[in-house]
Amino acid sequence: MARRSKIFGSFAEAVADIPDGSTIAFAGFAYPGVPFNLIQALLDQGAKGLTCITNGTGGAAPDRMPDIGMLVERGQVKKVIAAFTAPTRASDKIPLTKFVDEGLVEAELVPQGTLAERLRAAGAGIPAFYTPTAVGTELAEGRETRVFGGREYLLEHAMPVDVAFLRAWKADTAGNLLFRRSQRNFNPIMAMAAKLVIVEVEEDFVEAGAIDPDAVHTPGIFVQRMVKIPPAPEGLWPGRRPERAAPAKEKQS
Amino acid sequence: MSGTKGLERQQIADRLAQEFQDGWIVNLGVGMPTMCSNTPIGDREIIYHSENGVIGYGPVLPAGQEDVHLVNAGGQNVSLNPGAAVVHHADSFAIIRSGRIDVTVLGIYEVACNGDFANWKVAGAKGGGIGGAMDLAACAKQVFVILEHATRDGKPRLLTKCALPVTARGVVTTVATNLGLFTPQGDAFLLREIAPGVTVDEVRAATGAPVMVSPTLKTIETL
Repeated sequence: MARRSKIFGSFAEAVADIPDGSTIAFAGFAYPGVPFNLIQALLDQGAKGLTCITNGTGGAAPDRMPDIGMLVERGQVKKVIAAFTAPTRASDKIPLTKFVDEGLVEAELVPQGTLAERLRAAGAGIPAFYTPTAVGTELAEGRETRVFGGREYLLEHAMPVDVAFLRAWKADTAGNLLFRRSQRNFNPIMAMAAKLVIVEVEEDFVEAGAIDPDAVHTPGIFVQRMVKIPPAPEGLWPGRRPERAAPAKEKQS
Repeated sequence: MSGTKGLERQQIADRLAQEFQDGWIVNLGVGMPTMCSNTPIGDREIIYHSENGVIGYGPVLPAGQEDVHLVNAGGQNVSLNPGAAVVHHADSFAIIRSGRIDVTVLGIYEVACNGDFANWKVAGAKGGGIGGAMDLAACAKQVFVILEHATRDGKPRLLTKCALPVTARGVVTTVATNLGLFTPQGDAFLLREIAPGVTVDEVRAATGAPVMVSPTLKTIETL
């Protein structure tokens, strides 16, 4: 029985048909799990009018790894939905700020747990839910709340995604994925929330059956396209982030 | 830190970490809070949780020994303690919202004596950086905050009412600064412990809200 291959030969080929106006979820928290190679391919591919769902939009250093801020600078982004839409220190600058201030990019700020649960809900067939998070804050102003058991909760809607970009540690040819340590973060829930899932994979692909079914983090039924990350410098393999060399500067995770 | 009185940043974290009770699950936020995981905890078993789904991490690893797949909330490469586990982001925040975090320690801009605090939006900004702070503040059993007592230009950050948009209301139970350890009491901050070399008058002068002094006021013991 022929299995249609999910393995693509290049990142360019894997992202070639992503249309303008797509909603794309980018996994990752700090460096682990960020699909740097797919982001670079999307920068090269040039799709515009994108809505980008991400924990944060990245840093400001000119020699940094590819990030959402670069997509913003290239004019490819219409809207960013993130848990960080501004730096946590007033003295820090990120590219997104200028574009939001000038009205060129819309930014929706979402608490991180709400972001995760809105993605999870989308992947679980749940249209909306109530959460205690952000009640009593500026984010809840004018929005629907409801009291359960004497406590006030805020209504939040599921966040469906057209395309999810993931980075995994290992994959088999059926698309079953394993993540290592905190690389997992948003990867599994973004996969389930998306119609099309594209994965950059660190280790060589193994045959279907080589990963113990009980150990799978994201089942292959959620995965359509995978690309093996080539060795550096062709492939992007982050070590430490440069700005972390100065301990007082860590932020934006 | 030049020009500030009292404790150094790691010393503030060290003092706050003494509050963690045996068996607690503790979430440490970005910045000074993550320094708490470097504090020796003796016989206590403390499980450090991070928003990105790491349960049971240990100290930050020295350069050259980092695991590039493993970071805490501040993006620092940490170690794992025996018994550690990793979950995805939705499960990590399920742990938070379901009330399983005994205390969250957050770095912040301002705290008010009514227990409100602000840490996501600076004056004049259109966007903000919330991260996991609103989920943690709304749902952890206790919220400890850690901050420099005054801004760089000397304005108080312990206030009667927050000037910046709040992260959550009425939730802060302990405040640690370079000048002392405080409990918000509604209409005043209770000074429980004071930093070595600092006077009560200096604390009052640097605070934008009434300060009550505990009858059992102690000087903070530095490690």
